[in-house]
Order: sequence, then structure tokens, then C-alpha cells
Amino acid sequence: MDAMTLLTFFVLSVFVGFEVVSKVSTTLHTPLMSGANAIHGVILVGAIIVTGRSESTLALVLGLVAVVLATVNMVGGFVVTDRMLEMFKGRSRPAGPGGGDAGGAR
Amino acid sequence: MNLLSPTWTALGYLVAAVCFILALKGLSSPATARRGNLIGAGGAALAVVVAFLSEDLHHELAIIAAIVVGTVVGVPAARRVAMTQMPQLVALFNGVGGAAAALVAALELVHRPQLESYGIVISGDPGSRGFGWTAFSGLADAAGFHTGVGGIASAAGAFTVLVGCVSFAGSCITFAKLQELMTGRPVTFPGGQYLFGGGLAVAVALAAWVVVQGADGRPSGLLLALLALVSLVVGVLFVLPVGGADVPIVISLLNAFTGLTVAASGYVLSNTLLLVAGTLVGASGTILTRLMAAAMGRSISSILFGAFKGSTAGTVGPGSDRPVRSGSPEDVAILLGYARKVVIVPGYGLAVAQAQHTIRELAELLEARGVEVIYGIHPVAGRMPGHMNVLLAEANVPYEVLKEMDEVNPELKTADVALVVGANDVVNPAAKTTPGAPIYGMPILEVDQAQQVVFLKRSMRPGFAGIENDLLYDPKTMLLFGDAKDSLTKVVSAVKTL
Repeated sequence: MDAMTLLTFFVLSVFVGFEVVSKVSTTLHTPLMSGANAIHGVILVGAIIVTGRSESTLALVLGLVAVVLATVNMVGGFVVTDRMLEMFKGRSRPAGPGGGDAGGAR
Repeated sequence: MNLLSPTWTALGYLVAAVCFILALKGLSSPATARRGNLIGAGGAALAVVVAFLSEDLHHELAIIAAIVVGTVVGVPAARRVAMTQMPQLVALFNGVGGAAAALVAALELVHRPQLESYGIVISGDPGSRGFGWTAFSGLADAAGFHTGVGGIASAAGAFTVLVGCVSFAGSCITFAKLQELMTGRPVTFPGGQYLFGGGLAVAVALAAWVVVQGADGRPSGLLLALLALVSLVVGVLFVLPVGGADVPIVISLLNAFTGLTVAASGYVLSNTLLLVAGTLVGASGTILTRLMAAAMGRSISSILFGAFKGSTAGTVGPGSDRPVRSGSPEDVAILLGYARKVVIVPGYGLAVAQAQHTIRELAELLEARGVEVIYGIHPVAGRMPGHMNVLLAEANVPYEVLKEMDEVNPELKTADVALVVGANDVVNPAAKTTPGAPIYGMPILEVDQAQQVVFLKRSMRPGFAGIENDLLYDPKTMLLFGDAKDSLTKVVSAVKTL
């Protein structure tokens, strides 16, 4: 593949990125940002590859630091997004909150 | 391990990329958001597994140990953080992602094994050779016979280091601002803009030098370290002048930055998954940043470069001496209990006091008395767009009574009481009436249209934007001072005795 193919990937991805989030209510801005944040944690793949090829101790150490940071970004990002969204699920069952929660509302 | 053929590798990465697109799509709609996030997580996990199975890796145990360490740090942080502190956690996650991308690109530029040509290096690396997804074997192949990294790849690498470090340092500052480790006010000093401009110019010059070195050789590690250092300083200077209320928008912007750095590092590594995923986040993050800014009635350039001038804050001096009408919990209970329609306007103070459950209890009590209760949610109530919806959902407040700003403003005209709990800036009429005020132009909840206004406030201290609220001194306003949860608990017991 050549530079043009790369450019094609890049430009098409830009349009997909614009398109998928163009109509989103303010309610979901925070979870969406957090989810997108988790997705760029996929830099972990790059960190793994680079670390696996490292030949000096310094490169290995820096690579492992990158792996740790990328993992924090990715795993933490998805978990915190899920936690945010978990809280939205109750609203689709209007009867639930009133009854189920009497105990929680002390 | 070398278990996957290039085709399977490419296919695995393709599936992961599709997962990311579906994730973003799912996250854009309430019904599918949670599933979307899980799909994204699945895609990421698949990508990591594919990377392990397809690359000929050394130090595998060390890498796995590092992943375990990252998980042990990340998961408890994400699980335990209070929902009110979630914005700064997201900022931190974003920052470390930027730092990781910068490290990856720098290592790849410096430590790429020096063989005859880039193409040969890559050919030892089945994940990147051949046909299919991951497989452009480096631009150097296309460009000719470089023995070095190649011009375009080193440009992408320099970009990654620069922007990744800006994102990391900037995110650390936003974290400090939101965590109140430092002032939430804009930090400006004489010549700050020139320092920022100069720093940026130096960083760009260093990046250009990296490209020159990389065009027919390998950039020196020292030069990359210097570039990283200058970029960190630029990142700090970039975010310092941003006012507290605008910080969430900057987090979103830095999120988009990190996405672009991941895309650029995908370029350096010849890895299409990184390229596509990073670009997706960069593009959607840019749109999201604009949507957020629009929700606050601000333009991105005014946020970044039009640092709030603290002194233009309307009526600071004389305002402090003016009389206010403060009431007891019983007074508030009578107002609420005998109203026909009450609009509750929750703000960040409510969340900080963990009073979401108490406010719901109050709302239920009032409804039992036949009072119509709705919640007016400002788009940026809390610390981020949509943050308040998350916090109220946590307390199981039914979604149907949460009204967005456009719906609730007409309702406020017919409301007997507007109950403002721990909010200030989002109901400040100065946004409509005082052209000099920093929040001028921001859409607000028009609680001044209600018959009576009750503020539950900790003190007369102004809100996050640092502006006085004239409405507090209005004759129809009653104030109840104290912690939101204490005050609400007292009001609840007073309503019960009515």
C-alpha cells in the first residue's frame, strides 16, 4: 500500500467520525466523550508492538511505561463509561424507580 | 507469537475498527449507548489479542505484567471515583493516552532496527506486510530507497510527540483545575500569550528538525526528548488561561487531540487500526467539542484565547452589601408545599453534597401533595454537558420529569416556585442582560420568570464563572443557606409536618 491508500483511510475515517456523532443530545455528551476517550486507548496495540521490538533497556522501560499508561486509558475509560451509562438504564422502567427504591431514599 | 497470518491479522483489525464505529454510533443514542460501549471494549480487547498473536514479540511476560498493572490501576479508579469527580478522571485517562502515544511514536522513530531499508524491517513483521489491512509496508517503500525512517513517517512521529505531550500536560492542568488543586479561574500573566506563541514556535521548529533528521537517518533520542519537554510546557501554557466553566470543552478538545496523535502513530507504525481508530476519535471529538461549545453559547477560539477578565464580572463591589432575603427551612417548605407547580434546577452544588436522593424524596413528597414537579436541566449543569443527567439517573429520578432547557423555559413562566439547588451561573440573568459579563450569551434557565425563586446555597460566594448573580437580591428570591443535603433534609421534614 502506498501513501494514497493511507490518505484514503484517513479521509474516509474523518467522514465516518463526523457522521456518527453529528446528531447527539446533550444528555449523552459526557458518556460519548468518555467512550471516545476509551477508544483511543487502543494505542495499547502500538505500545505492545513497540515494546516487543525494543532492544535496549531504556526502550524496554519506556515501552512498558507506555503499555501501562495505554492500559489505564483503555480499560479505565471503558469501565467508567459503562458506569455512567449503567445509571441511565433505570429510566426505561417508570414503575421501577418508585417501588424499587423506597429503601434507598432514606 | 507468530500465529496469525497477515490476512487474519488484517481481518482482526478490520473487525476491531468496525466495532469502534459501531461503538461511537451506539453511544450517540440513549437506547444503545451501553451496548455501544461494550462493543467498543470488545473491539479493543480483540485488537490487543490480535497484536499479541500476530507480532513476533520479545518481552511478552513483561508486557503482560504491564497490562496487569495498568488494569489494576485503571479499574479501581474508574469504579470508585465519585460521579461528581468523573470529569477529571476522564481528563486524566485522556492525558495518559496522549503520553502513551507520544512514547510509542518516539520509540518507533529512535529504536527502529537500522537495516538496509524500511521495507526489509517491516517484512520481518508479518502484521504489517502483505495484503490487507495493516499492510502498507511503510511510506519509505513507496517513496524510494531511504535507509532511515522516511520524511512523512518522521513528520507523523514528530506530530505525535508534540501533540501527545500537549494533550498530557494540558489534561493534567484540567485535572488540577477540576480537582481544585489549583484555582479554577483563568491563570494569566503578562506576556503569557507571547510565551505560549514562542513555545509553540520552538516546538514546531524542533519537530521540523526531527523531520530533517528522519528523512535520511534516525532522529536522535535527545532531540525527541527536547521536543517532548518543550511540548509539555506548551501544553501547560495552553490550558492555564482557560476559565473553570470552560474546562470540560477543553477536555473534549484534548480528547480529539489525543485521537489525532493515535492516528499519526498508526502512520508511523504502519498500523491501520491505530490510524482508523485515532482518526475516528479525532473527528468525532472535534464535532463533540463544537456541540459542547454551542450548548454553552461559546466559540472555541474565545474559550482558548479570550481568557475571562475577572474584573468585568458585573456588579461585584456594591453587590456584596445589598440586602438579601433569607428564609428558614419551614418558610421554604410552605412555599413549596402550597405551590401548584415547582421547577427544580439542580446544579453542581447538589451533586457535591450528594443530595440527589434527598431532592428526589422531596419531589415525591410534593407530588404526593398534588404539586406538579419537574426538573430543569441546563445542558452544562454539573461540570460537563450531560453530567447532571448522569447524577440524577444515579439517584433514580425518572427520566420523564427531566426537562431540557428549551422545554423548561416556557414552563418556568407558569411555575409558582423555582427551586435552585447548588446552581448559580446557569440561572444568572447577567447572561442575557450584562454584555460585559463573561457568561454573556450563554443560554440560561430563566428562573427569574417564575413567581418565586428559592436558592439553596452554601454561601453568597459566586459560581464557577466567578460572577455575582443579581437574582439573589431580587425581592421575590428567598435564600436558604447551608449544605444542600442538610438544607433539603430539613425542608423535607418541614414539608412532612405541613
